[in-house]
Amino acid sequence: MFDGILSVTIFIPVISALIILFFFKNNNSIRYFANFTTGIVFLLSLMMFLNYDTEISGFQMIDYFEAWIPFEYLRSSYIVGIDGLSAPLVLLTGILGFVSTLASLKVEKRVKEYHIWLLVLISSVFGVFVSLDLLLFFIFFEFELIPMYMLISIWGSGRPKYSAMKFVLFTLFGGALMLVGILSIYMSTDVGTLIMVSIPELSLVGIPELIQYSDLLLPASFIFILFFIAFAIKLPSWPVHSWLPDAHTDAPTAVSVMLAGVLLKMAGYGLIRINIGFFQNTKGFTIHDVSIFISILAAISVVYGGIITVRQTDMKRLIAFSSISHMGFVMLGVSAIGTSSSNTSVAGINGAALQMFTHGTITGLAFLMVGYTYERTHTRHIPHLGGLWHKIPIIATFFFISGFASLGLPMLSGFVSEIMIFLSTFTIWPIATIVSAFGVVLAAGYILWMIQRIFFGVKPPDEIFSDEIYDQIEDVKKINLLPILLLTIPVFLVGIWPSFLTEIINLGVEGVIR
Amino acid sequence: MNLNDLKLLSPEIFLSLSSLFLLVLSLSKVDAKKIINLSIISLIITILLVCNLWFGWLFEPSTKNSLLGSFTSDKFSLFFKLLILLASLITVFGSFQYFISERTKNYFGEFISLIFLSVVGMMLLVSSTELITIYVSLELSALPIIVLLSIHRSKLGIESGIKFFILSAFSSAILLYGFIYLYGLTGSTNLLLIQEYISKMSLTEGSTFIKYGLIVSIVLIIAGFSFKMAIVPWQMWIPDVYQGAPTPVAAFLSVASKSSAFAVIIRIFYTSFSNEDLMLDWSLIFAVLAAITMTLGNLFALNQKNIKRLLGYSTIAQAGYILIGLAAIPGTNSINFSGIQGSMYYLAGYLFTNMSIFIVITIIITRTKDETIDGLSGFIKISPVYSIILLVGLLSLIGMPPTVGFMSKVIIFGFAINSGYPWLALVGVVNSVLAAFYYLRIIRFIVFEEPPKDKLTQVHLLRNNRTILAGAICSILVLLLGIIPFILLEMSKKAINFI
Repeated sequence: MFDGILSVTIFIPVISALIILFFFKNNNSIRYFANFTTGIVFLLSLMMFLNYDTEISGFQMIDYFEAWIPFEYLRSSYIVGIDGLSAPLVLLTGILGFVSTLASLKVEKRVKEYHIWLLVLISSVFGVFVSLDLLLFFIFFEFELIPMYMLISIWGSGRPKYSAMKFVLFTLFGGALMLVGILSIYMSTDVGTLIMVSIPELSLVGIPELIQYSDLLLPASFIFILFFIAFAIKLPSWPVHSWLPDAHTDAPTAVSVMLAGVLLKMAGYGLIRINIGFFQNTKGFTIHDVSIFISILAAISVVYGGIITVRQTDMKRLIAFSSISHMGFVMLGVSAIGTSSSNTSVAGINGAALQMFTHGTITGLAFLMVGYTYERTHTRHIPHLGGLWHKIPIIATFFFISGFASLGLPMLSGFVSEIMIFLSTFTIWPIATIVSAFGVVLAAGYILWMIQRIFFGVKPPDEIFSDEIYDQIEDVKKINLLPILLLTIPVFLVGIWPSFLTEIINLGVEGVIR
Repeated sequence: MNLNDLKLLSPEIFLSLSSLFLLVLSLSKVDAKKIINLSIISLIITILLVCNLWFGWLFEPSTKNSLLGSFTSDKFSLFFKLLILLASLITVFGSFQYFISERTKNYFGEFISLIFLSVVGMMLLVSSTELITIYVSLELSALPIIVLLSIHRSKLGIESGIKFFILSAFSSAILLYGFIYLYGLTGSTNLLLIQEYISKMSLTEGSTFIKYGLIVSIVLIIAGFSFKMAIVPWQMWIPDVYQGAPTPVAAFLSVASKSSAFAVIIRIFYTSFSNEDLMLDWSLIFAVLAAITMTLGNLFALNQKNIKRLLGYSTIAQAGYILIGLAAIPGTNSINFSGIQGSMYYLAGYLFTNMSIFIVITIIITRTKDETIDGLSGFIKISPVYSIILLVGLLSLIGMPPTVGFMSKVIIFGFAINSGYPWLALVGVVNSVLAAFYYLRIIRFIVFEEPPKDKLTQVHLLRNNRTILAGAICSILVLLLGIIPFILLEMSKKAINFI
């Protein structure tokens, strides 16, 4: 079975990176070519999302090449496909990939390498969301570190090398544990396959079916923990979050957008697809047993992240910390698995999946706006800013939109996903939900306070914020409106008409929950 | 010695003859370049002879054993012969610049001829199935290296030569002691006969004395070979010797010498000691040694400033990973001796990875005389091609997909879990994170730092087509074997038929 469109979408960016490497010299043509590539990838991902047939559901657009590694001790196949869970994330990757190259027009340093790494990054992120073979998933999951390491280290600001190294080592550690988990599932006598899902059309029986009530080489709870740590680091959840603020703050704007927008979603996706998908009925262990701990971790992440965020004085760092808080909601949604009523579970996990999409667009927008502001003011230190409203009204407007969406204003997308999560988890973990709900209040606090300090009031005196810079500040050009609108439209669309996403997500989540 | 023996020994005979021929030729007034080319051609012919024995193109020997059963030329030995020959071919081919440099050009003939002699020793070593032959070929492979290490007569070179000599003699003595024990207990020096004897003995009742005697001999044999395999606690010589050694010799040592030691230890343990009772014992020894070796290797490498020392420690860590394959004896749910396959795949991948790094390092050090990691600062601006070769190699050592380093780690950890050592796999993966730290530090210097001004003037001096070709082939193989691991695995599967 070979549909082709998914493989094409995964490998177009890498191929064009190679083309840039060998054939391009001029900086401008590199930029145009990279944007052209990501534009096509965006259109392809949009097409895939719209072509996903909700009548049939299940996995679609499958590319299956059975004998990738036909080695008897590691039988791995090349299999990619999307279901309701991955389709929105593929769309998100398409959008943010395009946005990230559009936001990189101002990059002047080592332009060629920058675009090569960015394109490679986009490819590997796609790979993570669509691969249905565990080893393939793991390969993409790890491979993404190389471009990230380069992008943060070379084009970052502040302490980029330190942050990049921290990011890579944290993720590698999680990945290493995950590898042990993958191998011990595969090596178990009753499993012996690496395919993550069952696909009836191809008569493939995946791990979720085979792992049920079967003897594993290691205790199922231990394997669960191995996977969970890997994804908790990537999410990031308290107490393994400390790489995130550094990496986000020091990364260049486009990379922050990618990092917050899609890289963190790999973890949420993995939690739902693997931790929930595999461990519902294993021998001696189900995820229901530990979902209370997941909810506690989630509540701590939300509140801890929120409290730390209030204290931040650097715009970018503030948004970064708010990600910890918001990804905590994803984890809270995941903890909704801990109930016997499958409707409630599905609702909560739907919320988590939707939250991933909405957080991707909202935080992407926020980082983009911070980037634009920083380009103009040359400082991200909030107390040194003020009175920017009438200088840059467009930036301010979209900054507002991202801020309000982030704090959960109704009619914007953040509200929908958060309310979905709260409604379902409240019946299961009332205390954790009540605690987490304060995260929204904190969000209102830090977002509004930040906006007020940056855009309102009067300009600080000359010695703090020089008049010369202030006078030169101009609003965004028309071309910059394209990435902004690409991110703003989904924010409104999901806020007003959420069902166009939730219908598809629901199909995927029901497939996972069984 | 009959015709069949000649056929079986054809690669070894050809290589030793060409070694002597090249030595004599280098005394004459023949152009250095020609002699080096000739040596490359003779290596390629030897490789073809080995391939001939594998595929049977020209002639097929009637039996695989010769010399009264002390020499066998099965696919297992041919696989390792190929590895050793490829390693020396890449070393000689990639180090052209080094051989004609001011320092070496007066004795490059000896240099090449000694490398060849050592290769002959290693080829005999991987083929021998008898204790005394093993010992003799081990010495043959080690003695030329002692000369090679101190060939420059620099202070560090002589120091490393003497270190290698003393430790090599010491470890040989330990090894001999182990062999004597084995001979005394079983009454034979032939590995197959020893196996027969051991399988006849009932190890469970009445003969505990013999069992403990065998374990003593096992420990001594492991100790003796650990020196060559670079396994803790016999690893101390590695960084010193690597630092003092001429860089091509270090490259050669790190791959060829190690492969041969692994080959012979696999052969001894999987033929003579393949008794199930014993297997559980020595597998545990290997597992513990593997865990300690990789942890210590990585920990020591963390803070190294000298690139050659760092690579020395990294080879120690890698030896630990390879050892996992030896520890991975058949688990509960598999029949074949799979773990070795992982080790063989790992060694083959490691050959190309390490060689690609070493030949680039060789040329840099030959040019700049700077062995520190800082010396690589901004190297990507000075020479993008070399930097990409280095980067691919380093990423493969970290174990990043899609390189061969990643695939071999996945396979080898899989075997560890399969044979009941999940803790070993955990130690392994945590170690690979530790290792990532110092490899990434090198990458950081190469890619992110600004190059010092004076180095930029040497840009044109660094370019050498042969080195680039050798490095590029290595890098491509590193990527290719990682994406399509099947070819090598199939080869190694055929190779382990001897068991």
